[in-house]
Amino acid sequence: MSTSTETIEQFVNREYQYGFVTDVESDAAPRGLSEDTVRLISRKKGEPEFLLEWRLKAYRYWLTMKEPVWPNVHYPKIDYQNIIYYSAPKQKTDGPKSLDEVDPKLIETYKKLGIPLREQERLAGVAVDAVFDSVSVATTFKGKLGELGIIFCSFSEAVKEHPELIKKYLGSVVPYTDNFFAALNSAVYSDGSFCFIPKGVKCPMELSTYFRINAVDTGQFERTLIVAEEGSTVSYLEGCTAPRRDTNQLHAAVVEIVAMDRAEVKYSTVQNWYPGDEMGRGGIYNFVTKRGLCKGVASKISWTQVETGSAITWKYPSVILKGDQSVGEFYSVALTTNYQQADTGTKMVHIGKNTKSTIISKGISAGRGQNSYRGQVKVMRSASGSRNFSQCDSLLLGDKCGAHTFPYLEVKNTSSTVEHEASTSKIGEDQIFYCRQRGLSTQDAINMIVNGYCKEVFRQLPMEFAVEAQKLLGVSLEGSVG
Amino acid sequence: MLEIKNLHAEVEGKKILKGLNLSIQPGEVHAIMGPNGSGKSTLAQVLAGRNEYDVTEGEVIYNGLDLLEMEPESRARSGVFLAFQYPVEIPGVNSTYFLKAAFNEVRKHRGEPELDALDFLSLVKEKMKVLELPQSLLNRPVNEGFSGGEKKRNEIFQMAVLEPKLAILDETDSGLDIDALRLVAEGVNKLKRPDNSQLIITHYQRLLDYIVPDFVHVLYDGKIIKTGGKLLALDLEERGYDWLLEDYRAQCLNGHPSLAGAK
Repeated sequence: MSTSTETIEQFVNREYQYGFVTDVESDAAPRGLSEDTVRLISRKKGEPEFLLEWRLKAYRYWLTMKEPVWPNVHYPKIDYQNIIYYSAPKQKTDGPKSLDEVDPKLIETYKKLGIPLREQERLAGVAVDAVFDSVSVATTFKGKLGELGIIFCSFSEAVKEHPELIKKYLGSVVPYTDNFFAALNSAVYSDGSFCFIPKGVKCPMELSTYFRINAVDTGQFERTLIVAEEGSTVSYLEGCTAPRRDTNQLHAAVVEIVAMDRAEVKYSTVQNWYPGDEMGRGGIYNFVTKRGLCKGVASKISWTQVETGSAITWKYPSVILKGDQSVGEFYSVALTTNYQQADTGTKMVHIGKNTKSTIISKGISAGRGQNSYRGQVKVMRSASGSRNFSQCDSLLLGDKCGAHTFPYLEVKNTSSTVEHEASTSKIGEDQIFYCRQRGLSTQDAINMIVNGYCKEVFRQLPMEFAVEAQKLLGVSLEGSVG
Repeated sequence: MLEIKNLHAEVEGKKILKGLNLSIQPGEVHAIMGPNGSGKSTLAQVLAGRNEYDVTEGEVIYNGLDLLEMEPESRARSGVFLAFQYPVEIPGVNSTYFLKAAFNEVRKHRGEPELDALDFLSLVKEKMKVLELPQSLLNRPVNEGFSGGEKKRNEIFQMAVLEPKLAILDETDSGLDIDALRLVAEGVNKLKRPDNSQLIITHYQRLLDYIVPDFVHVLYDGKIIKTGGKLLALDLEERGYDWLLEDYRAQCLNGHPSLAGAK
């Protein structure tokens, strides 16, 4: 039985039940956070006792923690008692009836991105048959994946169907004690994705939330867990490239990856949450904890991210290189424009022998955007013969934006090599003029120059993703200069 | 084709062009020579539309259009091409991709359909053959890591693809060894057509051994002080600029600062 089909059934049932059920709680929890909220979420989701206990421990721990102040970002204090921590997936009647009811500005952006009409409708939350199309697609793929023993489903479904896996791996890479937002997420996460690739299996397709319609409404506290057993490989795509207007303010997700011996996991993100308007009003606070554990020998975890959205981005997809000869990679493009702020980077922790990590970070600041790279490379005493290469480039467009680099290097043995290169450049008037002299408009020239600058990272993305990422960068940069 | 009248231009408050006149007809090749600091490159930049240069007086009519009113990209699309003295590197941007975008902007401007990647590629390969350029050039990012000679040849290659009506070559010979110089010059010669014109800006006469101009102008102190045929270039090579400059200074003292304008 597939999640997606179940979800559809739930939709259908709700539709029919609508008006007959008076249980208000079924839609949303009351505002604010307490043990009761945590219990309510767990009950709503029909979770086993061990999960509830885990959530409560996380909640109690969270209460003792302070919101971090070290990131180079500024925002008004978040009132955690003024947030709704749980609401059921939106019902079909909530959404706009057709694209005519959707903000034309949004539609225009979709068009620029070349998103097919059906897909536009789905992204805008229009309740149409397209949903069923996507579901049938998803179901087909699920069958194929199932034959290989691959589990790819919503987190809630995994809790029901594979509690032993959840129990074993949940919090094993990002414990709830890790940081303020991870603790909060652990207490109140509503749903997310679970992915398990069995021993020796090479996943034959890119796994993407694109195929899982129910991922669209998982809300602001997502939890993703990917486990790759010995010798398996998987490429996972997160998020959607189209801008979503989201009224939610705080988005605190956690992603955990475990890679066993010789397993390879590639995780690609194109994040384009609502960045706020030209004046810096609104927008998502994207406070995300992503970490991979290269547990086995010669395992490999590779993060690629293209961050163009959100008012504030705070995330450091990291790799713990525990297995000998394991490999960690981080490729990032972060764009801030208008009043966006990003403090992003990575952590590479070398524990195993002869471990290797690569960091390529490309920051782009335009408008009044502030972009910080913050990265830590830690080579433990045990990690003899390890190597790291870091390259952090910043590109400035205009003179009101900022770029900052905070590298932290910690090397505890003498047989390892750590290299760090950093550059800051301003997009050259010379380059723009050269392009214009060849007939390109200023905007096209900037897009071309910026895309060229990001090429090393885009090259890491799966083909379709790379194309969309390029277009997205163009749309995001529109009007940001000149 | 091009009519420059009493052009005055300055950069950062410093007057550089001080009443330049020049007229170019279709099919003609004009060479502008002059000592360092006479305003040669400024003229090229002003014609291309670089906004650091302020035009304070005068006009430039290009095929009936007021060139100075046009944005740099409109000038380019309507056939004004500048081969840069220092071609700019654009890291990560594939040369073919870049050139195709430029080419299609020109096509769009002319109301012609854009070429797709395949058609464009075959056109480009043909042009490369004419200019005897290595194909590897196409797969590299625009000018990135090119040697000085390669950059200059790449400019001429772009010119070949874009087929401008008015090509301005700004010291294309500088920094080239004799073989590269010959290759570049041959390229330029092959692109000469009765309906297009070339304005060649150079410090040395040696480029004019290969590209034979119809007219040679000497620019000094922001004005053209002498115009002649191709023999003038040889004269300059032999005698330097000093005799001309002395003449010019004498004229100025006598109250006739404007010696020669266009031909």
